[in-house]
Amino acid sequence: MDKETLIAELKTIVKPYAKDEAALANINENTDFINDLKINSANLVDVILDVEEKYNIVIDNESMEKMVNVKAAMEIIESKLA
Amino acid sequence: MLETATYNTMSNRVVITGLGIAAPNGVGIPAFTHAIKTGTSGIRHDPQLAELQFSCQIAGKPDVPEALQLQYLDPLELRNFNSNGILYGLIAGIDAWKDAGLKITEGNDPDWDSGVIFGAGSSGLDKLREAIYKVDALQVRRLGSTVVPQTMASGISAWLGGKLGLGNQVSTNSSACTTGAESLLMAFDRIKNGQATRMLAGSTSDAGPYIWGGFDALKVCTYKHNDCPEKGSRPMSASASGFVPGSGAGAFLLESLESALERGATIYAEVLGGHVNSGGQRGDGTMTAPNSMAVQRCITQAMAQAGVTGMDIDAINGHLTATGKDSLEIENWSKALGRAGKDFPYINALKGMVGHCLSGAGSIELVASVLQLNEGFLFPNINCEDLHPEISAIIDDACVPRELINVNLNIIAKASFGFGDVNACVILKKYING
Repeated sequence: MDKETLIAELKTIVKPYAKDEAALANINENTDFINDLKINSANLVDVILDVEEKYNIVIDNESMEKMVNVKAAMEIIESKLA
Repeated sequence: MLETATYNTMSNRVVITGLGIAAPNGVGIPAFTHAIKTGTSGIRHDPQLAELQFSCQIAGKPDVPEALQLQYLDPLELRNFNSNGILYGLIAGIDAWKDAGLKITEGNDPDWDSGVIFGAGSSGLDKLREAIYKVDALQVRRLGSTVVPQTMASGISAWLGGKLGLGNQVSTNSSACTTGAESLLMAFDRIKNGQATRMLAGSTSDAGPYIWGGFDALKVCTYKHNDCPEKGSRPMSASASGFVPGSGAGAFLLESLESALERGATIYAEVLGGHVNSGGQRGDGTMTAPNSMAVQRCITQAMAQAGVTGMDIDAINGHLTATGKDSLEIENWSKALGRAGKDFPYINALKGMVGHCLSGAGSIELVASVLQLNEGFLFPNINCEDLHPEISAIIDDACVPRELINVNLNIIAKASFGFGDVNACVILKKYING
């Protein structure tokens, strides 16, 4: 899967949780879920569950802790799909 | 720098300046007022209870379509939302706040002078059921973020505190069917003692088979009216055969008289005082039955605190559930007030229209009481064509209005009694300038 497609799919996943619409519109590899998108930290677990459902993968506790920005999310998804 | 509020150390007078409601026969004050004046029942046949083979297959649930839910919760909050008690409480609580003409706190500072005491008997039972199934299926990690805020006992006060930005006490009380009346008195005390300027009070009850099942099993609900739901809830009637389970929430904004006058707020009523107590499950009191000594004492202590006598009471809003205990309640009121026969005040029971809304009952019925004082009417006791002979032996038939009566009322006494042998009585007075 190319990067643009993956970022676009992540954008759809995080959309309901993102409180900063401008940051969501400009989502890119360097976007941080909490600092940029202003996602409530409690909702990060929901983002992860939605990612798991979308790609039919299981994200372990260690990977969960790292999944705080788009770049990390992409790496984790790609490694699980590989 | 921290700002510290200086509170009046005198005993503040406390008034009600806002109301909100999500009741089975009306959501929102205008709809509810119309319903109670016209004696409109909110009891319906409940297909889910029938499917689950409940003895009682009728119930009272507020009607809250999704468009209405979206006025109180945003689409993200409504994702995986499954706690109807919290929903009813939010509707009633936020409405009461706005009805009082108060703004939702903006910016980073909470409103230090305003708090909430909003009671509940349980929280998010449907949500809890979902969570239990997942946990038992080894899927604890799939619970997501929404279980705790929807199932913690203090869920409703936490949601309201956050929505409104309240910085004073934010708590949930729980005392079975006394909960709503108790919440009002706890809020009253806090303002009276100068610890807060405004308190949102009220209570809520979940709807559904998982809250009502235990009562169905206790055989305290009627099973004789499954084909005529609106006739099912019959307080004070000779043909009463148990209560009809209900649900919903009522809310009131309590405020110091000083603050209400300063803001130029509409004053619905003054809280003169009240009392909460317990029969200790001694004497004739048990987990499920009231100790009459304690009930009478609760009423007389409430009147003493309010500085009124039995003769000052114009009307009573009873607990009156439509079980075999209604005549005992009338006897207790009669003894506590020292009044009987034609000398007894008017008395009415809202449960005929909404059923027994359990932990939401006290607050829903208090909202009805405040509306009666403010607008000068007594709502009709529906389904009471056949007043129980044990009741007519104590009080005159005319004390139990069957039709709407427009009458100027000065003081209403409202009591609620609950499992655990707990009681609460509130004395409300019409507010006339000064």
